[in-house]
Amino acid sequence: MMRSTGETEARWPGSAGLLLAQTGYQLKLFYRVPAAMFFTLALPLVMLILLNAVFGSDTVGEGSESQMWPTRQFYTAGLAVFAAVTATYTNLANMIPIRRDEGVLKRWRSTPLPTWIYVGGAICSSVILAAFNVIVMLTLGVVAYGLEIDAVKIPAAIVTLAVGIASFAALGMAVAAVVPTASAASAVANATVLPLAFVSNVFLSVDGAPRWVQLLGDAFPLKAFASAFQDTFNPTIAGAAWAPGRLGFIALWGVVGAVVAVTQFRWEPSGSGGRRSRRRSAAESSD
Amino acid sequence: MSVSEPMSPIVVRGLRKEYRSKDSSASGTVVAVDGLDLDVAAGEVYALLGHNGAGKTTAIEILEGHRMRTSGEVKVLGVDPGDGGRDLRDRIGVVLQTSGVEPELSVAEVLEIARRSYRSPRSTSEVIDVIGLNDKADQRVGSLSGGQARRVALGLGIIGRPELLFLDEPTTGFDPVARRSFWDLISRLAAEGTTVLLTTHYLDEAEHLADRVGVMADGRLIAEGTPADLIRSFGGSTVRFSLPESEAVTWSEVLQGEIAAQVSGTVTVTASGRVEISSSSPTSDLSVVTAWAVSRRVELPDLEVVRSSLEDVFIRLGQDR
Ligand SMILES: Nc1ncnc2c1ncn2[C@@H]1O[C@H](COP(=O)(O)OP(=O)(O)O)[C@@H](O)[C@H]1O
Ligand SMILES: [Mg+2]
Repeated sequence: MMRSTGETEARWPGSAGLLLAQTGYQLKLFYRVPAAMFFTLALPLVMLILLNAVFGSDTVGEGSESQMWPTRQFYTAGLAVFAAVTATYTNLANMIPIRRDEGVLKRWRSTPLPTWIYVGGAICSSVILAAFNVIVMLTLGVVAYGLEIDAVKIPAAIVTLAVGIASFAALGMAVAAVVPTASAASAVANATVLPLAFVSNVFLSVDGAPRWVQLLGDAFPLKAFASAFQDTFNPTIAGAAWAPGRLGFIALWGVVGAVVAVTQFRWEPSGSGGRRSRRRSAAESSD
Repeated sequence: MSVSEPMSPIVVRGLRKEYRSKDSSASGTVVAVDGLDLDVAAGEVYALLGHNGAGKTTAIEILEGHRMRTSGEVKVLGVDPGDGGRDLRDRIGVVLQTSGVEPELSVAEVLEIARRSYRSPRSTSEVIDVIGLNDKADQRVGSLSGGQARRVALGLGIIGRPELLFLDEPTTGFDPVARRSFWDLISRLAAEGTTVLLTTHYLDEAEHLADRVGVMADGRLIAEGTPADLIRSFGGSTVRFSLPESEAVTWSEVLQGEIAAQVSGTVTVTASGRVEISSSSPTSDLSVVTAWAVSRRVELPDLEVVRSSLEDVFIRLGQDR
């Protein structure tokens, strides 16, 4: 036999090292999928450049002249949030179901790698991408568009990003868990993020928009995330620009997402057919 | 045999698996595995043989811990795979029916990341050597041929130095050369002491690789034994010949006349017009045929006696049901 009893039992590899390796592995996979690279990294950058080119010299805001603030501050912050959301929510909702359909998740589940380390690696990689994205956007904002950063507001900006990124990663995992196939999950992710971005102060300010547009935006966490982060770049707001109500709202969505993800997560591919596969997976999970 | 034999790496008693019926119009359940008993001894290569839908994947994936069973007892390396954790998964190797290897990574990369999760893995270079992909080590898995990609899946199955290896249809879609070298590889692993449970619907594969074969149909084992045993008890030998193109003899004479009355085996006529007598006493049946031919003055130029293959056993078992 290969593992004789006299041999001293080899130790398990350390969790930190495994998590690090899994994060690197997920980043490498991401880097090798051109579509993921485009939607996650390039699209927000393109939007930033286009929107600044068209509206860069305008101001946004409601009411008196003193409450108006430059669009470049608005767009850079809003699109940095958009970039963070594509790196977490869109990315995870796309990539995890692809790996599930390919049978990659199921194969990993045959190995002694703890489940939480596989999932943790995927989440960590998306968080790293999100942070990278935000840094790229803000740097471009400072260098190309004269973005002003107010030191007093930096703590609120960082905490807002942390809460938003964590919550949208959880929501991405929830979509990945609930939607049976990769193509459907990709459609769900894009069909939720893109229209929402229009009513969530990302591509344009909805301050003067009809009431239903405002209410629609208020129901979902993207507007709260964008607005909270934009506040930290808004020169008309005095002080640290903390927004505990918005952060709590985003976190609430995140917790719901995490609960759905953890309870509904599936490792098995659901097969090719839509309806058939859903019934099939129902049969699987009923056992 | 009793469940209290601690040494067998695989012990299965009365395993049953029902799926909720996929077709909503049909009521009830699909019984995929229906009272399966199985013992695989340490160091043994055991082949589960059966047609598509026989329940092979369901059975092997229950043993791997991927599916839950409806009822029955299952012990894999002494533990219930349903709640076997990290420790069990460190000691088994799994090659699923669908490989599930990341197409974007190179052969060396998938092996390297996989080996990290095991306690005492083989080195990546050793595995690449074993699976014979030295010249493809840096090539993306997605660009490999089907057989090469399957070898990568096998490499992932053995990289943790498993005591017990599960292979679900390891060579489906291989060309004959690739199949041969895959067999050699499994034989080498078996010679090192690895216990192997594989499923296949290729009879030659089972005959070549397995110490013991279990023939599965409709979720049950309908025959079990060494390939030679199965052939002996279900197959025997076949006496076969073609009828000459002559007006002197007719089919009915062969099938209903002297020959059919006197031989001990069963007489069948193949689609190509050959008469086959499958028999457990080929010597006397052959003498019946030759006596008949001599008396009728007909020459049977392609008369032969062949030992049955596992394929004949398989076909016969299928007919009996
Ligand atoms: N997830 C599933 N849900 C419902 N029925 C299934 C499922 N998997 C397999 N079956 C059914 O169970 C039977 C056995 O299938 P399977 O174990 O895949 O057989 P094999 O591997 O021998 O081809 C088939 O009738 C198949 O349709
Ligand atoms: Mg199968």
